[in-house]
Amino acid sequence: MLARHAGKITGIAAALSPVGGLTGCAGMQSALDPAGHEAQELYLLFLGMCAGGAVVFISVVSLLIYAVHHQRRVHSDRVVARLILWGTVTTVAVLTVLLTFSLALWPGLRPVQAEGQPAIEITVTGHQFWWDVRYQTPDGQAVVVAANEVRLPVGERVFLTLESADMIHSFWIPALAGKMDMVPGRSTHLSLLATRPGVFRGPCAEYCGTSHALMAFSAVAMEPAAFTAWLAARRMPSPTAQAAGLQAFLSNGCGGCHTISGTEARGKIGPDLSHVGSRETIGAGILPNTVQSIARFIKEPDTIKPGVRMPSFRMLPDEEIAGIAQYLKGLQ
Amino acid sequence: MSDVLDPATETRADTDDLERRRAQEKRLREVWATPGGWRYWTSVNNTDIGVWYASAAFLFMLFAGVLALLVRTQLAVPDNDFLSADLFNQAFTLHGTVMMFLFAVPIFESFAIFVLPGMLGTRELPFPRLSAFGFWSFAIGGVFVCGSILFNAAPSAGWFMYPPLATNKEQIGIGADIWLLGLSFIEVASLAAAVELIVGIMKFRAPGMRVNMMPLFAWYLLIVAGMILFAFPPLIAGDLLFELQRLFDWPFFDPARGGDPLLWQHLFWIFGHPEVYIVFLPAIALMAMIVPTFAQRPIVGYSWIVLAAVGTGFLSFGLWVHHMFTTGLPAISLAFFSAASEAVAIPTGVQIFVFIATLLAGRVIFSVPMLFGAGGLVIFVIGGLTGVMVAIAPFDWQAHDTYFIVAHLHYVLIGGMLFPIVAGLYYYFPLISGKLLSDRLGKIAFWLMFTGFNIGFFPMHLTGLRGMPRRVFTYPPDMGFDWLNLVSTIGAFVFASGILVIVVDVVWPRKKQPKAPINPWDAGTLEWLTAPDENWGMRSIPEIRTRYPLWQEKTLRREVDEGRWYLPDAEEGHREALMTSVLDGEAQEVFRVPGVSVLPILCAVFLGGAFIAMTFEAWWTTLVCSVIFFGFLMAWIWIGTAQIPEKEKKDIGRGVSLPLYVSGQPSAGWWAMFITMVGDGTAFASLMFGYFFYWTIHADFTAGSEAPGAFWPLTSLALFLAAWALMAVSKRVNTSGRTTLFRLLLMASLALTVAASLAGLAGPWFGGMDPTMHIYPAIVWVIVAWTIAHAAVGVVMQAFCLVASYAGRLTARYDKDIHNVVLYWHFLMVTAAVTFAVIGLFPRMV
Repeated sequence: MLARHAGKITGIAAALSPVGGLTGCAGMQSALDPAGHEAQELYLLFLGMCAGGAVVFISVVSLLIYAVHHQRRVHSDRVVARLILWGTVTTVAVLTVLLTFSLALWPGLRPVQAEGQPAIEITVTGHQFWWDVRYQTPDGQAVVVAANEVRLPVGERVFLTLESADMIHSFWIPALAGKMDMVPGRSTHLSLLATRPGVFRGPCAEYCGTSHALMAFSAVAMEPAAFTAWLAARRMPSPTAQAAGLQAFLSNGCGGCHTISGTEARGKIGPDLSHVGSRETIGAGILPNTVQSIARFIKEPDTIKPGVRMPSFRMLPDEEIAGIAQYLKGLQ
Repeated sequence: MSDVLDPATETRADTDDLERRRAQEKRLREVWATPGGWRYWTSVNNTDIGVWYASAAFLFMLFAGVLALLVRTQLAVPDNDFLSADLFNQAFTLHGTVMMFLFAVPIFESFAIFVLPGMLGTRELPFPRLSAFGFWSFAIGGVFVCGSILFNAAPSAGWFMYPPLATNKEQIGIGADIWLLGLSFIEVASLAAAVELIVGIMKFRAPGMRVNMMPLFAWYLLIVAGMILFAFPPLIAGDLLFELQRLFDWPFFDPARGGDPLLWQHLFWIFGHPEVYIVFLPAIALMAMIVPTFAQRPIVGYSWIVLAAVGTGFLSFGLWVHHMFTTGLPAISLAFFSAASEAVAIPTGVQIFVFIATLLAGRVIFSVPMLFGAGGLVIFVIGGLTGVMVAIAPFDWQAHDTYFIVAHLHYVLIGGMLFPIVAGLYYYFPLISGKLLSDRLGKIAFWLMFTGFNIGFFPMHLTGLRGMPRRVFTYPPDMGFDWLNLVSTIGAFVFASGILVIVVDVVWPRKKQPKAPINPWDAGTLEWLTAPDENWGMRSIPEIRTRYPLWQEKTLRREVDEGRWYLPDAEEGHREALMTSVLDGEAQEVFRVPGVSVLPILCAVFLGGAFIAMTFEAWWTTLVCSVIFFGFLMAWIWIGTAQIPEKEKKDIGRGVSLPLYVSGQPSAGWWAMFITMVGDGTAFASLMFGYFFYWTIHADFTAGSEAPGAFWPLTSLALFLAAWALMAVSKRVNTSGRTTLFRLLLMASLALTVAASLAGLAGPWFGGMDPTMHIYPAIVWVIVAWTIAHAAVGVVMQAFCLVASYAGRLTARYDKDIHNVVLYWHFLMVTAAVTFAVIGLFPRMV
């Protein structure tokens, strides 16, 4: 309903607002630079509430300044009693309008998946301090396991089931939609509809321990065809030419915690690394995905991310770490 | 009153009169004197306790403010390493905890303790030793909680302490126990203060001050104390469950064994949301005193504002889920709580309109208190408007747990609480020291604080919506909030410099500064009758006929100061106040107010010792401290309460004579017991809420267990019923003077209570219920243990009455103790009935 006018209103708001010109520059993680249906509607709601709020604020403060500074005329009790009465009536009216409007907006924001409705379903499980991501295709057959990155097609609603393996986390992609908590022992649900392609960032939004600040993920909205191709590629093990790196990976016990499809590494404790080389970032959204940062993470995860469960591998020779890093980066 | 002063007779009797007055004043001064030397700290006088309490709360505020500056320094630039992640997490946890528990609530309690007796036209609150106990508990608990960060052992799970993070002993160490036990101890002190304030406001007003004449501050404090009574117990119940999980591994919040982390969130926010209004309403109450004074006219719409305050207090209990909008609760409950959260803006708006209306209808004198009041209002309006925004659940899905909320809550609390508190400080300072604070420094402080605050917090709205979550110790660069954070940090330091100016102003030596006139702002309410250099409060207790007596009864000050009203003397050497009826303020009793005593400190020290030892799981020390505490408590009650007076009645002046001993429903002790038990019942109801909450989330709530069965619970219930019936009969028997039968009945009831308790324990015991296995045995054990602990207190009370009867301090005429104990038993009976009926029958019905 609102989305149709969205572009126009956004443009006007950007021109009017003193900070408007800045909202576009670094919008990866911004609710003010929407790229999803829900985020868009809520952004417009916010602009509307700001405008209303500004009117209320200016009226009340002007009245207050006048009340404090007027010296000539003392107003009669009858007049000021009317102010209390009409002030209250106005408050009730404004709140009623706002509430009615928002209740009308509400059902369209997060429709639930109808019984038997084919759709892409994603289950995201929060861990300290990373995200396990599982895709299920509409045919219900294949499950693709990934981590710390959520990809979705533009223009198609995807349905998410959110769970937690340890603490309470909260799943939030500000550019696409509002957040939803991941509570141990419960499953919560969210649906997302991306309206334009792009790479966005999602931070964990519920304080979950020492490195809560270092728990994020990338959200990539892709054209539907590209998404389908990407998902199909993820069902296959990644071809790799770095046999030495794989050997080092396995002999140092990395497979005890991590899975790499097509190899003996089948650990379930840490993130699945099957196609880690193709992800936007590593370390759950905190480092650029380069061989150097992978090597650094293997060497000193406890420094990069205090409280992380992964042990450090400082004792390994640098060449060996570099080999593993090369191998992992090669898992495209 | 009919006997208006006659100038002629006054002149004739002048000399005699003056001498008599001097003698009265000498006696009063001796009775109300604050002890010297180290014994100064054993004072229980409301003016001393109030000032200590406020000073301690301000010190804690400065400490938490320094933590905030550390947090802001860390966040000034991206990827900063000024603080480690762990230290940062301790700092923000302690900042929130200290500001809420050790500043916001205690500061208003201290203001109330200091100023209420004067405002109500009485000499003292009814239980000054309880105030002293509350203060010492607060000081000990506060230092313990704050000090933990110096040992790198502060709580680090956030001030909201969500499980399963906060219950995880590997990740969150002793800090969580310090939080739970340290704050439970302080919450007990807050509850004590609430009981004190409610009884004080209801029963210790000047004669003639009907409820509709009470100063608005008293109205607000009555509402707020009532809210504490219903809001704190759920948190105490939550703390109990929480600490049982941490210390003994009972699985209340562990989903693997049937628990649920969301139960804590419900209990925490059922406390936490009213808490916001518990903090906010007293600040508005200060405004309701300051605004009329500087508008030089009575408040416009007295009943509007009282009703609005009642409405706010009532609604505040129906909003807690708006802190849980993103936890995945059903849409229908989100819609309900959205609507309720919007609704609370209505009474809040009414209060603001009443202030503006009063200013419009008067000639405003502008001064530092008004500056802070008006500035606070401007800030608060912004916080209120963003509150209206986040109350819309879908918008909250974006804003929740971001810096938008950080901005919102600081706009609400600093505008709605801190600025009015500073206004109150500048306004009431002359009552403390007899001197005014500096007008110039006050203005400098205001502008530093006002601009610093807005520079610091306004950008946070944008920071949050650009995606910065709360409680992050660092953030990556180029996300769009680098410069916003830097600006916020600069603003925070400017704001802090304003606070520093206030500190300088307050501690500045004022030896040479001339004394302020006794009512420097020309206010209309009674507290301005009290002289800062006298401890007695009112020189004599006037009869009140108007809302603003100092404006509307021009001769009142002289009459009071010349001792022409009630209780102008202390001829028997006791501290005395008038107890009046709840609604109409009719004088009922001359109440002997307890004086200086070291017992409150000793009780606080040993109770604090027990809590602190428990933190370190030092069980023997806990036991020893508890036993010593119990001993001092009994001594306190024995020596300090229900004393038999030397005569029946006392002449209080103007030909009025009042009894010195009243028992039962009119007495202060009865009200204190009643109010305490309402709070206690709320804690019990919270535990029952837990029982039914688990039932709603589990298809198989009992996990196949048959225990505790119906037999033992129902046997226990029958025995409790019999014990209660005997107690009720014993009170009548005592009144009729049959002392031997009375003692026999007490003994029989005591024996029945013990048997009932054993039967109560037998159900889960013989049922083999292991509380660490699953949530069902755990919640059953908690509820049973709660009831049995109350039965144990009941047994102590019965024994106390027996001893008192043999010692002759409990007789047919002097029977306060048995009245209050039977009242306790009514509540105990309800608790036992609910407990055993539910655990015995409910699992069979579903």
